[in-house]
Amino acid sequence: MASEKIIKNLLKASSVIILLIFAGMAYSMIRGAIPAFKEFGLFGFIFSTDWNPTEGKESYGALPFIAGTVITSLLALIICFPLAFSTSLFIAEYFRKTKIATILSTLVDLLAGVPSIVYGLWGFYTIRPLIAELGYSGQGYGIFTSGLILAIMIIPYATSISNEIISMVPNELKEAAYSLGATRMEVIFSVILPNARSGLVAGYILALGRALGETMAVTMLIGNANIIPTGLFSPGNTMASVIANQFGEADGLKLSSLIAIGLLLFAVTAIVNSIGKIIIRKYA
Amino acid sequence: MEREAIIGEKDHSNWRELKNRLFFGTVVVLAGITISPILLIVYKLLAKGLKQINFDFFLKVAPDTLQAMTAVRNGEIIPGGIANGITGTILMVVVASLIAIPVSIVIGIFLYENQGKKYANLIRSLTDILQGVPSVVLGLIAYIWIVQGVTKGFSALAGSVALAIMMLPLIIRSTEETMKMIPISIKEAGAALGVPYHKIILKVMIPSGFSGLMTGILLSISRVLGETAPLMLTTLGSTTINFNITKPTSAVPLQIWEFYNNPNMIDLVWSSSLFLMGFVLTLNIIAKRISMKYS
Repeated sequence: MASEKIIKNLLKASSVIILLIFAGMAYSMIRGAIPAFKEFGLFGFIFSTDWNPTEGKESYGALPFIAGTVITSLLALIICFPLAFSTSLFIAEYFRKTKIATILSTLVDLLAGVPSIVYGLWGFYTIRPLIAELGYSGQGYGIFTSGLILAIMIIPYATSISNEIISMVPNELKEAAYSLGATRMEVIFSVILPNARSGLVAGYILALGRALGETMAVTMLIGNANIIPTGLFSPGNTMASVIANQFGEADGLKLSSLIAIGLLLFAVTAIVNSIGKIIIRKYA
Repeated sequence: MEREAIIGEKDHSNWRELKNRLFFGTVVVLAGITISPILLIVYKLLAKGLKQINFDFFLKVAPDTLQAMTAVRNGEIIPGGIANGITGTILMVVVASLIAIPVSIVIGIFLYENQGKKYANLIRSLTDILQGVPSVVLGLIAYIWIVQGVTKGFSALAGSVALAIMMLPLIIRSTEETMKMIPISIKEAGAALGVPYHKIILKVMIPSGFSGLMTGILLSISRVLGETAPLMLTTLGSTTINFNITKPTSAVPLQIWEFYNNPNMIDLVWSSSLFLMGFVLTLNIIAKRISMKYS
């Protein structure tokens, strides 16, 4: 039928929008970043630690921010893992299908609904003073504070997938282990974990993807210093936070450098997320 | 002790049982720690923000620094509110929805109709990648496309475009998932009656999947409501109420950011955060209710 063909073509045409958005994003960002890459060279830009906006001596490099992003995100992942994994076991294994598990998973879902800037405020007024009290960093800003808040922010992303994967482990396998006299903990470590491993890994990779691009909360807590972090409590900047912090007064070469950092961030998150999705798709 | 004699090792069952219990205890404690931040955040917002919430808070624009300073010095609550932010947020979310919803529902139906085909899989993967793009990068994109290219200055439209690109993948995937849940027999019944294809989509598929589509749309709106970073790069903010999409506009999260950077307005930070979070969570809950009721 003619009308059917028209509709099918219309549907197909609409999908081209996604292609256009992608092509447009890549084109605009590469074009915007070219002045910075031309001035400093692609590798010169990525591996330079300079960030000097003084006119005439302008020099920009992305390494401090790449380092800041990697360190805060990995730290967030390390802190997040025991919390998220325990929560998943609580919801999908120990208290499976009970009321308390439902309440817990609703609360964890709510964590995903809290806007990033509210996490930033809470971190600034509640967590930062505590860290400052510990005495490791004067005002409590820095890598550790940001990593801690990031860990809380990515928990719902890590748990939502782990919950599903853990509850998918076949009962027969668990029952077989119990019948051999295994304790619950032994069942978790020798049956559930090996069976759910790749799904769990995928969940944490996707959570990592979230952490890499988180902006506001990190911007408010990391201390806005354009240096490679020297320690756990050192201030720094991530790729996302430097864009938010420095965009206001940026033009010319500086704007181009920020766009270049955005391009790198885009590429990194796209790769990380794709790896996570591929693992999930293989597993499911 | 008989067992020991047979297998030649000690009976570890007490130790294993103890370990088992310790592990269970650890899991419960860590799960408790996991949910404590949400409770602490809500408590903090209520404790600090509630006193500033009154009618003026919703009807008046943000005070200037001097007004706020005087009020703080006299121990009064800060006059004014976040009307410029609320109207700006509504304006931008409405425009973003108008851009994103129709397009993404159509793309979602396309993906549903072309399961397993190579081209559709490519589109699906790109949609997934788009969902993972950091919002600040989308802010940069909207800056290049709209601020530099169309409105030649910071504008609500640029913010809407950034938010719309964020909403796209969420609605596309929820549309596809909803369509998959509709029994194929309903579709076939329509086809058997000779109903044309576009009418099956409009009169059968979309109405029967309505609650699912609605859930996806509401969740995507609640997701972009609190976005700050892309708006900082695109709409800049404004001290007055503005409905012109080619002009700089305020938004609730942007106002929170401004209040946060102004030591005199600290009280307003909490009340506007409380309002924003209440709004986001209510939408979230409504969305989940709808999906529970109809599934």
